Amino acid sequence: MKIGTPKEVFDTEARVAMTPASAELLQKLGYECVIETKAGLAAGFSDATYKQAGVEVVKTAAALWKAADIVAKVRQPDATELKRLRKDQTLISFFNPGANDDGMEAARAKGANVIAMEMVPRISRAQKMDALSSMANIAGYRAVIEAGNNFGRFFTGQVTAAGKVPPAKVLVVGAGVAGLAAIGTSTSLGAITYAFDVRPEVAEQVESMGAEFVYLDFDEDQADGAATGGYAPVSSPEFREAQLAKFRELAPEIDIVITTALIPNREAPELWTEDMVKAMKPGSVIIDLAAEKGGNCKLTVMDEKIVTKNGVTIVGYTDFPSRMASQASSLYANNIRHMISDLTPEKDGQINHDMEDDVIRGATVAFEGEITFPPPPPKIQAIAAKPQETAPVKTAEEIKAEEAAAAKAAGRSQTITLVIGGLIMLLIGQYAPVSFMQHFIVFVLSIFIGFQVIWNVSHALHTPLMAITNAISSVVIIGALLQISVGGGFLVTLLAAISVLIASINIVGGFVVTRRMLAMFQKS
Amino acid sequence: MSIGLVTAGYIAASVLFILALGGLSDQEKAKRAVWFGIIGMAIAVIVTVFGPGVNSIWLLVAMIAIGAAIGTIVAQRVEMVGMPQLVAALHSFVGLAAVFIGINSVLHAPMGLTHAEEVIHDVEVFLGVFIGAITFTGSIVAYGKLAGKLDGKAMILPGRHLMNIVGVVVSLIMLTMFLNGAGIWTLLVMMVVAFAIGAHLVMAIGGADMPVVVSMLNSYSGWAAAATGFMLGNDLLIVVGALVGSSGAILSYIMCVAMNRKFLAVILGGFGGQKGPAMEIDGEQIAIDADGVATALQEADSVVIVPGYGMAVAQAQQAVSELTKRLRDAGKNVRFAIHPVAGRLPGHMNVLLAEARVPYDIVLEMDEINDDFPETDVVIVIGSNDIVNPAAQEDPNSPIAGMPVLEVWNAKQVFVSKRGQGTGYSGIENPLFFKENTRMFYGDAKDSLNALLTRID
Repeated sequence: MKIGTPKEVFDTEARVAMTPASAELLQKLGYECVIETKAGLAAGFSDATYKQAGVEVVKTAAALWKAADIVAKVRQPDATELKRLRKDQTLISFFNPGANDDGMEAARAKGANVIAMEMVPRISRAQKMDALSSMANIAGYRAVIEAGNNFGRFFTGQVTAAGKVPPAKVLVVGAGVAGLAAIGTSTSLGAITYAFDVRPEVAEQVESMGAEFVYLDFDEDQADGAATGGYAPVSSPEFREAQLAKFRELAPEIDIVITTALIPNREAPELWTEDMVKAMKPGSVIIDLAAEKGGNCKLTVMDEKIVTKNGVTIVGYTDFPSRMASQASSLYANNIRHMISDLTPEKDGQINHDMEDDVIRGATVAFEGEITFPPPPPKIQAIAAKPQETAPVKTAEEIKAEEAAAAKAAGRSQTITLVIGGLIMLLIGQYAPVSFMQHFIVFVLSIFIGFQVIWNVSHALHTPLMAITNAISSVVIIGALLQISVGGGFLVTLLAAISVLIASINIVGGFVVTRRMLAMFQKS
Repeated sequence: MSIGLVTAGYIAASVLFILALGGLSDQEKAKRAVWFGIIGMAIAVIVTVFGPGVNSIWLLVAMIAIGAAIGTIVAQRVEMVGMPQLVAALHSFVGLAAVFIGINSVLHAPMGLTHAEEVIHDVEVFLGVFIGAITFTGSIVAYGKLAGKLDGKAMILPGRHLMNIVGVVVSLIMLTMFLNGAGIWTLLVMMVVAFAIGAHLVMAIGGADMPVVVSMLNSYSGWAAAATGFMLGNDLLIVVGALVGSSGAILSYIMCVAMNRKFLAVILGGFGGQKGPAMEIDGEQIAIDADGVATALQEADSVVIVPGYGMAVAQAQQAVSELTKRLRDAGKNVRFAIHPVAGRLPGHMNVLLAEARVPYDIVLEMDEINDDFPETDVVIVIGSNDIVNPAAQEDPNSPIAGMPVLEVWNAKQVFVSKRGQGTGYSGIENPLFFKENTRMFYGDAKDSLNALLTRID
């Protein structure tokens, strides 16, 4: 079968759904690849590089749609493209099925199968084809770069001969994929980074990336994202108030705000209000990654950069991934390639659209003349799986009490052991002769030394330890050596001689094999 | 040589032995530390031979020479996979030597003892022979099982606990008779009984519990040496016996903790029963071929390999080493995760990997690596099963519930190299194989890895 990628028709779109690298891997799956001429140009892939990778280049979009059995593209198809769909053709693309009834209807009427990349379920197995995440990652990175572009100061603090520069303070709202990418970029540029998210469980991830998590003084069980497929749920009005109050408090000192809060199939929540913008210092920058859905800041103008009266720049671009077209295309093309690879279990270049597969079913919005959106809930719960009901969470006091009880019990049992041991010692001392007690003290002390020494032995060396202890335990040879010449008759000498023999086997064998083993342990 | 000099030699030897064991805390130190042990042993033997009361030097030299020759040959030839057998066989020698020395000590009893001293001496002889005999036959059976000459499965005889108890009671009766001067035959009867107990104890223990058994026998061989030391009034033997005895005891303890089992339960054989119905497992085992694994490996940045006894059985360690080398040359972070009870001997996997020239600094213990799995791209499980079983943490009814395991399922992708769909030694279903990030890579481990090697350069 043929996989084809047309040039994106959307005006400013620079990405392309197939790169020469992904085409080579697709060919390994048994497919032939075609591409419309100049489709990859804006992303930095010339027709020649495609030809080198064995991709057929066709002149027009019409010819491409005709040639390809599978069409892979980036943007939601427009009306012209929808018309070009035909029966049994498979389209893999962003499709925005939540607000694209016309598109789905058109695909249904034509009998084409449509896989919407934004519908790939957020489960671990499907991460490799999760284009939303890979694009969000780029958007997060680019948001910081864009902010830097509009911000007149350093990110990192510096002490120079010409004076001291304070570090920039960056606030990232929403620690999803884009937010985390923004946090990572911002901290690595040296800014002091704060992050906020309505899901307190991401605090750990935020902190692991070097940012400070902004906690609210608010007591409410926030549902974690697991129940809603890894996205943040809508928060309560009280919670929202607490959140806005915190932001108001932060606004005067923050230089750069990057908002990434989106709720699936809803308008973006307003998190950065007008008065916060007014409170910010002149020269500050707001990057609103939610601009497409109305923006987290109401002043944001979609696809534009504005400067407010008090000198705050608000960037509302919606095409961050496209602004890094080469990188975005490589990642998106890989997502597509993984999707196709899952659609081709036999690697025979034939598509096997398995509607039993959770991931494929979830992403398919039109199939064999029917609209299959919205999909049934996934069989497997996303990401965090079921909350653990079995283990009731213990409070700090309970744990402390338990520890104290355990320590007490351990102390008690140790005392008892010592007392019993002491009594036994007294008993033995009462009856045993002096010569025995003298040996006994050596014995007991040796056991203690043994315990101390052996605990320090590296686990990796336990086999050599056994071999060497084996060798030295054959020190019983001394007993046999002493007996061999006491002249107690033939039998005594014989037994002693045999003992010497086997003990020597043991000693030499044990040491030799230990040395052999230890010599094998090499550092890299 | 005077008694004083001999004693000085013994003190030197004791110190050297302690240094030898202490040196094993680190791979590089260990290479020097072995020499302490060797020198200590040489001093001990030489001062004894040239000390007072030894005169059949030529016989001694001949015996030691023959023994040394045999020992060298055996030790040079043994394959590292065969280490458990060798260690078990060598333990049996210590046991047998202890038995012979004990009997000799009765045949030629020391003179001029007070009554109390005589009683103590007799008890010591009895103990020495008893422990020595158990060590001897126990080690022989362990050797047979490890070498595959005996059936590795646990042999559970009806009334086995009763048989052991009867054996111990008979031995005690023999002891009282022996103390009352009934003659050497009581000692010999006890020896035979102890032989039987030793063999029976180890017969009842299954293959995967062997690490505990071997370390237990290691411990016994030490206690036998200590008993011999008491018998002969020789402090060096007592010191060494106590060192070795406690070493073996610690190893057994570590093994038991790693399996979350009680020492007695392991030693008395059998395997803990199920406490309730096992958790339902949903999902299916999904197979994958070498191409798939190779692709995943090429895309991965960090790889962790979890070897088990299956790797040793399939002799796959060379292939594993080669794979590691190629992946590391490609700039990937490759590490090994070793569970304390992987293999048939404590530290067995480390030695096998060292033999295959895997650098030891990328071979990590369970505690060192367990937290790293969530950041790991690919885990390859080769021939291990129970030590990566999530049921130990998730299913309170599982027979292995609570056993510390390697949490490989937290990695992004897990490949399990396995011969077929069977269960592990404990017969427990492994939910890991049904997880959605797990792929089963069926086939003989060596063949599978070699197939993989042809696809990775």
